[in-house]
Amino acid sequence: MSSPARGSRGFGAGGEPAAIHVLAVDDSSVDRAVIAGLLRSSKYRVTAVDSGKKALELLGMQEPNVNMIITDYWMPEMTGYELLKRVKESSKLREIPVVIMSSENVPNRINRCLEEGAEDFLLKPVRPSDVSRLSSWIR
Amino acid sequence: MELGNLQRGYIDYISALFHEGFLDNQFTQLQQLQDESNPEFVLEVATLFFDDSEKLLNELSRTLDQQVVDFKKVDAHVHQLKGSSSSIGAQRVKNVCIAFRDICEETDTAGCFRCLQQVKQEFYLVKSKLETLFRLERQILAAGGSIPIMW
Repeated sequence: MSSPARGSRGFGAGGEPAAIHVLAVDDSSVDRAVIAGLLRSSKYRVTAVDSGKKALELLGMQEPNVNMIITDYWMPEMTGYELLKRVKESSKLREIPVVIMSSENVPNRINRCLEEGAEDFLLKPVRPSDVSRLSSWIR
Repeated sequence: MELGNLQRGYIDYISALFHEGFLDNQFTQLQQLQDESNPEFVLEVATLFFDDSEKLLNELSRTLDQQVVDFKKVDAHVHQLKGSSSSIGAQRVKNVCIAFRDICEETDTAGCFRCLQQVKQEFYLVKSKLETLFRLERQILAAGGSIPIMW
């Protein structure tokens, strides 16, 4: 029986809590580097992938140990919204908080994502103050 | 050149870049993320930006050269370029992209060509200025000093 990949944190060898693991999804190499840099400077452990497909592959692993997903909205093949839906439809993954990023301030889009279960919606360019908001969503 | 002069020169140079609108506050945010655990962060992001943008500019040229221009494709490329320039703080490039998207919406091929020339110009300008900036940083570090950060 496999346990759901909740946002539960494991413990390191010395008994200290393991770093929070964030999965960042963005097809832009520049934005991936920026979001990874922002997250790492806040001491998160980051895995950055360039597509929803790769994100789902990683999440499909036995122990992905992902505590949060932060994804760009507009990506070819699978949008961040579609990724959000797949995560929320999965009994294994649905507890993982998902945050959407977008360079465009489209109220309909924001509402749709929040209704589908996204915790937050960040406008790009993402800055350090946005990242400090994320800690409230980590379970 | 003596360290104090190098550092003053650096401050003058980067101040001008902000003053002339080449860079905006997003660049400063990235500089603030640079530390001992991530000493080359800005250079890494800039390098990705240079490579990514060159590809996009080539794609744009190719797309605009077609018999029948696919304006959706043009728009998608410009959107990407707008995004990455915004993420690194390359303000003038970003602003041309914003205008470019409007011209695209009007499906104005000649207008798009003009925008492409403009965005290429702005890109190569900011690229050259950033390369100079990084060179100045290397000189300061080689002289044993630390890079002044504009907070």
